[in-house]
Amino acid sequence: MDAAIQIEGLVKAYPDVVAVDGLDLEVRRGECFGLLGPNGAGKTTTVEILEGLTPATSGKVEVLGRSWDRDADELRARIGVALQETKLFDRLTVEETLRLFRSFYTGRKPLEVEALLDEMQLGEKRSAWVMKLSGGQRQRLAVALGLIGDPEVLFLDEPTTGLDPQSRRALWDTITTLRERGKTVVITTHYMDEAERLCDRVAIVDHGKRIALGTPNELIDRLGGHHLVELATEPALAAEALASVRGVRTVRPSGDGFVLSIDEPHVALPALVARLGERGVRPTRLVSRTATLDDVFLSLTGRTLRED
Amino acid sequence: MNDRRPLLALSEARIKQFLREPGSLFWTFVFPLLITVALGIAFRTQGPPRSRVAVVADGPDGATAASLIAATLGDGAGLDVQVVAPAEAARRLRTGDVVLAVEPTGPPGPGHPVVYRYDPTRPDAIAVRRLVDDRLQRHAGRGDPIRTRDETAVAQGARYIDWLIPGLLGMQLLNGQMWGTSFNIVNSRVRKALKRLAATPMRRGDYLLSFRMSGLIFVPLQMLVLFVFAHLTFGVTNHGSTLAAVLLALLGSWSFAGLGLLCASRAQNSETANGLINVVTLPMMVLSGVFFSSSRFPSVLQPAIRLLPLSAFNEAMRAIVNDGASIFSQGFPIAVLAVWALVTAVVAVKLFRWT
Repeated sequence: MDAAIQIEGLVKAYPDVVAVDGLDLEVRRGECFGLLGPNGAGKTTTVEILEGLTPATSGKVEVLGRSWDRDADELRARIGVALQETKLFDRLTVEETLRLFRSFYTGRKPLEVEALLDEMQLGEKRSAWVMKLSGGQRQRLAVALGLIGDPEVLFLDEPTTGLDPQSRRALWDTITTLRERGKTVVITTHYMDEAERLCDRVAIVDHGKRIALGTPNELIDRLGGHHLVELATEPALAAEALASVRGVRTVRPSGDGFVLSIDEPHVALPALVARLGERGVRPTRLVSRTATLDDVFLSLTGRTLRED
Repeated sequence: MNDRRPLLALSEARIKQFLREPGSLFWTFVFPLLITVALGIAFRTQGPPRSRVAVVADGPDGATAASLIAATLGDGAGLDVQVVAPAEAARRLRTGDVVLAVEPTGPPGPGHPVVYRYDPTRPDAIAVRRLVDDRLQRHAGRGDPIRTRDETAVAQGARYIDWLIPGLLGMQLLNGQMWGTSFNIVNSRVRKALKRLAATPMRRGDYLLSFRMSGLIFVPLQMLVLFVFAHLTFGVTNHGSTLAAVLLALLGSWSFAGLGLLCASRAQNSETANGLINVVTLPMMVLSGVFFSSSRFPSVLQPAIRLLPLSAFNEAMRAIVNDGASIFSQGFPIAVLAVWALVTAVVAVKLFRWT
C-alpha cells in the first residue's frame, strides 16, 4: 500500500456554500503534503473530513486504506491531529493534558510523556496551566497531543498561524524532523514560504477545487521560469516589446507594469535593459527575484494568497 | 509511566479542573450555606407567636373606650396591642402590620357593639379575632362551664428549618449539577476541545460518564458541608440512615446531571444552554416543594408534580432525613429518579454534538 490518503471526487456542501467541490488527492506514505490556499478555500473542511470529524457529502475518502464509515475506531487510533486554534482545558497542566490524551490510546503503544515533553521543548512548562502558555507553547502542545498516540498520519491545520517568527521556525524544525523519521504529515497553510520549506508536494486549492499539484519546484517551473522581474516604465511599453526579449518566457500585466518570468537572469536581464535603451524608456521599477508559490497562485487565479 | 484507564483519567482531570476553579468552589459549597443562614434567620422559631392588634381610638370619648379595651387585652400573653387613630388602623390593617383592628363604638357594653375588622382569608386573623373576643367577653363576666387544661410540646424535626434543609440540598444539587455540567460541555464545545477529543480514540461514553464519576466525590462532600452546618447552627439532625441519604443524593445528582447534559447536548453557545436550564430548573424550584410544600398546588397537578425529579428527590430525602424512613419504603420516588437519570443520559448521548 503506497498511498496514505486517497480522495476522489470529494464534495462537501453546506446549505449556503459548497466548501469542497470535487477534490481529487493522493498523499503518499512518508511524505509531507501541503494543502495550500487562501482562507475559505476549503482546506480545513477537507482536513476535517480526513480526520473523521465532518462527514463528506459525496466522494471517496480512504485513510490508510480504511474508510471512516466502517473503521472509525481503528482510524482514530492511527492518526494524530492538531486542529486550527483549539483551546484545551485551561486549568490542567501541560503534563496532565498529555497524560490525559495518552490514556485514550489504550490498544496501542503511545509515546512516553517525558520524551515528548523534551522533544517539543515543553519540559520547563510541564507544570504550567495551559491557560498560562504563550501562543508558541500552546501550538507545540497541540502538536505534541497530535503525536502522543504515535500516529501513522499526522494532520496539522494551520500550525503556525498567529505565531511569532521564532516560534514558527521552531515548529518548522519539529515538522522537518518528523518527516525525516518517515511520518506522513498533512499540513494546511496559507503561508507559501511554509509550504515551500516543509512540503514534499503541495496541492493548491481555491474555492474547494484543486488548481495545481506537484512539488513546490515543479509548480514554480510551470510559471515558465524560476526568476521573476517586476518592471514598470515611463512611458509605458507594450507587452509584445518585452515578450520578444531573449530569455523572457512569459509576460503578465501587473498594476502599472508587468511581471516577466525568465529562465537565466544573467542572459535575460542585460537583454532587457538593452531593450529599454533601444525604446528610449526609463524604468520606474525594476526588481528581480526568485519565484514563490504565491506567484504560482497569482498566475493561476489572478489573486494573492493573503487576499480575503 | 503510569497508564490510567481513560475513564479514571477523565474523571481525575474533571476533579482537578473543578478544584482549580475558585468560582465553582464558592457556588458549590459557600453559596448554599449563605442561603441556609438567610432562610434560617428569616424562619427561626422565637417562642410562642405574638399577634399584633390595633385598637381604634376615635375622638376623646373613643380614646377612653380604646384604652379600656387595650388594658383588658394586654393582660394576657400572645397579643401585641397598640392604640391608634382610625386612619392609621386602616393603614396597618391594609399593609398586614396588624391582623385585626378592634373598634369600640362607645364604652364597652350591650348598647355599644365592638367592631372587629380583619381579612377572613387569613387564618391567623380568625384565630386572633376569637382570642380577642374571648378575652373581652370573659372580662365582662362570661363564664366557662367546662374546665380545660393545655399540654403543649414542640415536635422534634418538625420545624420549618428541618423541613427546609433536604429541599435546599435538592435545589443545590439540581443547580450545581445542571449548571456545572452544561457550562463545562458548552464551554468545551465553543473552544473546540470537544472536537479535539472526538478526534482521539477516546470512547465517547467515557467522557460523558466522567461527569457522574466526579459527582461520586463532590455530592457526599456537599451534603456533609450542608448538614454539618445545619446541625451546628440550627440543630437539624438526620433521623434516618446516612448511607441511604448519600445513595439517594447520588441518584438524584445523576438525574440532575442528565438534565444538564441534555440541555447542553446541542447548544452552540452558553446563552442557548442557559435559557434551556432556566426553563427546566425554575418551574421545579416552584413546583417541587423546596421552600413551601407542593401540596399547596391543586390535587389534579399532584401526580405530575410527583414525577418531576426534584419533587421525587425532596419527597424521598425528607422521608429519610425528617421521618427516619427506610430507603426501601421510597420505591416510587427512587424509580422516578432512576428513570430520569437513564432516559436523559440515553437521549443526550443520541443528540450530543462534538463539534
